[in-house]
Amino acid sequence: MKPSPFSPGVAAGRLDDGAYAENFSDLHPALDPHEALVAADRCYFCHDAPCVTACPTDIDIPLFIRQIATGTPDAAAKTILSQNIMGGMCARVCPTETLCEEACVRELAEGKPVKIGQLQRYATDHLQEQGIHPFSRAAVTGKTVAVVGAGPAGLSCAHRLAMLGHDVTVYDAKPKPGGLNEYGIAAYKTPEGFAQAEVDWLLKIGGITLAHGQALGADLTLEQLKRDFDAVFLGMGLGGVNALAVEGGDKDGVLDAVDFIADLRQASDMGDLPVGRDVVVIGGGMTAVDAAVQSKLLGALNVTLAYRRGRDRMNASVFEQDLAASKGVRIMTHAVPLALHGNGAVREIEFEYVNDDMTGTGETVRIPADQVLRAIGQTLDGDALPDLEGGKIAVTGAGRTSMDGVWAGGDCAAGGDDLTVTAVAEGRDAAMDIHASLTA
Amino acid sequence: MANLQSDFVGIKSPNPFWLASAPPTDKEYNVRRAFEAGWGGVVWKTLGSEGPPVVNVNGPRYGAIYGADRRLLGLNNIELITDRDLYTNLEEIKRVKADYPDRAVIVSIMVPCEEEAWKAILPLVEDTGADGIELNFGCPHGMSERGMGSAVGQVPEYIEMVTRWCKQYYSKPVIVKLTPNITDIRKPAAAAKAGGADAVSLINTINSITSVNLDTMSPEPSIDGRGSHGGYCGPAVKPIAMSMVSEIARNPETHGLPISGIGGVTTWRDAAEFITLGCGNVQVCTAAMTYGFKVVQEMISGLSDWMDEKGHASIADFKGAAVPNVTDWQYLNLNYVAKAKINQDLCISCGRCFAACEDTSHQAISMSEDRVFEVIDEECVACNLCVNVCPVENCITMEAMAPGDTDPRTGKVVEPDYANWTTHPNNPAATAAE
Repeated sequence: MKPSPFSPGVAAGRLDDGAYAENFSDLHPALDPHEALVAADRCYFCHDAPCVTACPTDIDIPLFIRQIATGTPDAAAKTILSQNIMGGMCARVCPTETLCEEACVRELAEGKPVKIGQLQRYATDHLQEQGIHPFSRAAVTGKTVAVVGAGPAGLSCAHRLAMLGHDVTVYDAKPKPGGLNEYGIAAYKTPEGFAQAEVDWLLKIGGITLAHGQALGADLTLEQLKRDFDAVFLGMGLGGVNALAVEGGDKDGVLDAVDFIADLRQASDMGDLPVGRDVVVIGGGMTAVDAAVQSKLLGALNVTLAYRRGRDRMNASVFEQDLAASKGVRIMTHAVPLALHGNGAVREIEFEYVNDDMTGTGETVRIPADQVLRAIGQTLDGDALPDLEGGKIAVTGAGRTSMDGVWAGGDCAAGGDDLTVTAVAEGRDAAMDIHASLTA
Repeated sequence: MANLQSDFVGIKSPNPFWLASAPPTDKEYNVRRAFEAGWGGVVWKTLGSEGPPVVNVNGPRYGAIYGADRRLLGLNNIELITDRDLYTNLEEIKRVKADYPDRAVIVSIMVPCEEEAWKAILPLVEDTGADGIELNFGCPHGMSERGMGSAVGQVPEYIEMVTRWCKQYYSKPVIVKLTPNITDIRKPAAAAKAGGADAVSLINTINSITSVNLDTMSPEPSIDGRGSHGGYCGPAVKPIAMSMVSEIARNPETHGLPISGIGGVTTWRDAAEFITLGCGNVQVCTAAMTYGFKVVQEMISGLSDWMDEKGHASIADFKGAAVPNVTDWQYLNLNYVAKAKINQDLCISCGRCFAACEDTSHQAISMSEDRVFEVIDEECVACNLCVNVCPVENCITMEAMAPGDTDPRTGKVVEPDYANWTTHPNNPAATAAE
């Protein structure tokens, strides 16, 4: 019998086929040309605009919006991409409500910012859908750079270096490039294979070689890379996950949210993906929300996102929290997991309610759970790395590490928010610094 | 509620909002819809001489200029006078007027500049029972190439001559519609008055090319790859129209000549402004063409509410009220000193005032690290550009300095008395006069 949302346990195919397509369609459908013009007309073309200041990649937002408004979306795209080569993905996944759009003066004026993210997507899609790559390489310098990690930081770094004439080899442990863009972001934020399309488009610059299935520490060593290349950029992200150190934390049905999301992103048919009837996600960040929402979209009946502090402390933005709530996810706060119960497979999870200062209240609660997704933070894997700071690679200036000739950026580097856009900025800036050092 | 009743050179209408002679008033069907919607009057689309009607182009007749969100700011057109049979129009006018006796029905006329032509058509128009005629001396396109429309309006002697014929062969009010495509609007107005016109109406449309198609290199609207200048109208032309209206209203030679105001009237406020500059009523076209006839309802309620608020019982109460305040630059009070003031509670920190002042004006606005913008009184000349570019209404205001205070820019005490350029020491003419 075909499972339904009410079927207990972990099961695939809880929904009708049509429901999956609808559930995982574009969260923010693209603006059509008229909508884009209407939205662009609202921009005030501020002086020294606050939205630019708020953008980690310093995109000249008023200029690109004016370029859209005057009927030149490809020029707008070039303005965006010259600062942020992954402007297409950032337009989809940036928490704009806490970055550019929060800073928009129209947010202050009327609580309705200019739709900067959607306009950025309009422009970048317009250019990329024509297959146009607006940048070209400088004369080849003969210098070589190894980039570890084909995620936003690594690809951003690689593109900038290639554009400046250097030859770049990008190593990645996974079979596909893109990093979290390909494996770690909710499907409804980047549907229809956009992550791979963007990588393909980015590589049109030339001078970049991709090497898959090459993990630092397993297939590669930093020492070897340092010997073989003129410079090395580390942008491999955070490969490890924090364990759930509670009684029963290893029961069947317990898995890492990042793996759950990666499987979902790689699935050709959402109906093949097993999901619990009662899913509990532990964590308060974007990954937790992405996992919780997508569990619901896969047909889970009850999804609870359990966080140990209050909503105001969650790393997930208010928009993300509201999105989760609107999809039917219950957000449970001030709850710390005590134990997982069940005979082999998890059946229930027990929490203790805690105060704001994390002191226990002694009050506990058990809720049904046949799937528990851990989203309690990721860690940097590997040894023989440059010096660390707070578990990540310590950097100074534009991503310089403690090792000569080795730069780092993105999630694996200390400092900065763990955002795609931040990773892109760090990769770009490290590339400029590498370029300066290689051509000094 | 205020009385919006309009009496324009003896022509009565329930409100001062007339539809101008234009496409919306070309047919009985449209005019009936207009009256049902509440318009006080219509000036029927211009009639030509008996005979084969004019022909229009069969491609686009209109071009447009847009503001944000495709808000239509300016429209141009290359449509000619009515292309329907004269007698069809006359019969329709007669029927409509009979059915709407309380509304104003004016007939616009454009026939060749020959006495016989006017002598022929005027009795036919008289027979319709319409309330008056408007002489179309304004259309800048097509008909002007045939010696009519603005070709007449640009020659004051012709205006006077034709007006005289009309007064001779027609018993009811004669309104002369003026073209703005002329150097000094006072001259044709004076000519109309000299010819015995009961009133002038202005402005007709302005020569214009709204855009050029950069692929085909054709002006828009494009007829098979070519374009011709059209007549420009809509909100964009209102400032030009109001200036011309005011010149006629304050010119001693034409002061008191009734004026029907035309040119970009889109809201009740526009209408009120035209009336304060001396107009007895207003004529509307583009607003109706953009939004339909229903817009008149906003015009009626808005004007009525404003009149109630200001205590004006009738249109006459404020007609021309702003005319005495329209003067020449040389009579402006040079002892009046103002400074821009930014309301920090309303400021949204867009910085447009700063960019405008810093780049293009007097470097009189400061910007702090945390985006607080303040006026530097030592530099501010009160040019008003910051007020104009600020997206928030009333966030930046011009505040007059009190007499006795010292202007930090000039170091001079603000004088209490009025003094203008004619007596200013820097004026060589003033010195010579002494």
